[in-house]
Amino acid sequence: MKEISLHILDLVQNSIRAEATRIGVYISEDTLKDTLSVTIEDNGCGMTPEVAHTVQNPFVTSRTTRRVGLGVPLFAAGCEHCDGSFNLNSEQGKGTTLTGSYRHSHIDRPPLGDIADTMLILIGGNPAIRFCYRHSVNAQEYELDTGQVQQLLGEVPLDSPEVIAFLQDFLKNNESELYGGIEQ
Amino acid sequence: MKTLQELDAIRQKTLNELNLRKNNEDNVRVVVGLATCGIAAGARPVMTAFVEEINKRSLNNVTVSQTGCIGLCRLEPIVEVFTPGAEKVTYCKVKPEQVARIVSEHIVNGNPVVEYSIGSYE
Ligand SMILES: Nc1ncnc2c1ncn2[C@@H]1O[C@H](COP(=O)(O)OP(=O)(O)O)[C@@H](O)[C@H]1O
Ligand SMILES: [Mg+2]
Repeated sequence: MKEISLHILDLVQNSIRAEATRIGVYISEDTLKDTLSVTIEDNGCGMTPEVAHTVQNPFVTSRTTRRVGLGVPLFAAGCEHCDGSFNLNSEQGKGTTLTGSYRHSHIDRPPLGDIADTMLILIGGNPAIRFCYRHSVNAQEYELDTGQVQQLLGEVPLDSPEVIAFLQDFLKNNESELYGGIEQ
Repeated sequence: MKTLQELDAIRQKTLNELNLRKNNEDNVRVVVGLATCGIAAGARPVMTAFVEEINKRSLNNVTVSQTGCIGLCRLEPIVEVFTPGAEKVTYCKVKPEQVARIVSEHIVNGNPVVEYSIGSYE
């Protein structure tokens, strides 16, 4: 994957397939500690200890349409290659938390990429799921909780064109402000 | 920093149109394959292009959603269009620049873009 935000889009598909109703996506960049970390947390069906144990092995998947699961192993390998680490915590019936980190300045670290597009697609395509998104860059941070958005909207659907247009604006603006208004 | 305050105005404005939309029987569904293979092949900009084009034209009867691996990884990005009363149309190796034409010719005017569809690839 060329961008970390594409890994996130892919990893969240696992949470959606696990029938999560709440999905947290947390990105934290610390240039002093020289780290970029990504956490994805869901309340989906979780994994059996067996799957959880072997999910970092590319030849394991519980799916039937295609034998080889690649999403998690690709992400984990990328983190480890960039002096970071990968950690998976999953409990059946409770959910899954997955964290990957990179050394921020590592020359092979993929750019975060268009995370606003990733979040917009996830939110707009799954209006029934509550997404909690937070992104921090050093002391700056912002968040978007679609549960709160839905509350403000009342019976107006989250995926109405007007709301999607607003969320696109919201995400793009706040992302660029995190970096001092400079487009990444 | 942009806040969520504007949502209140959006809610009031949209609420009026809501009842019109609810009873709409002729909903069109656009489904984009977003498994690892699809994402790696460029499905995200394609999906974003659909969302933007549909928003730009205020097509309230169209939903854009996502699905997993359809099992045709070499033909990704794959987009399926479901129109009531018509057969499903599958587009493959879709590029963002093709999206405007699919929306105007197929979704708005009801004529699938045959040259982008799966029949032209297999
Ligand atoms: N968030 C999750 N919740 C439950 N199971 C998961 C989750 N993420 C991954 N898995 C399990 O790990 C397997 C491998 O995931 P992945 O590497 O993304 O490959 P794929 O999605 O193609 O199967 C999945 O098929 C699923 O069984
Ligand atoms: Mg996956």
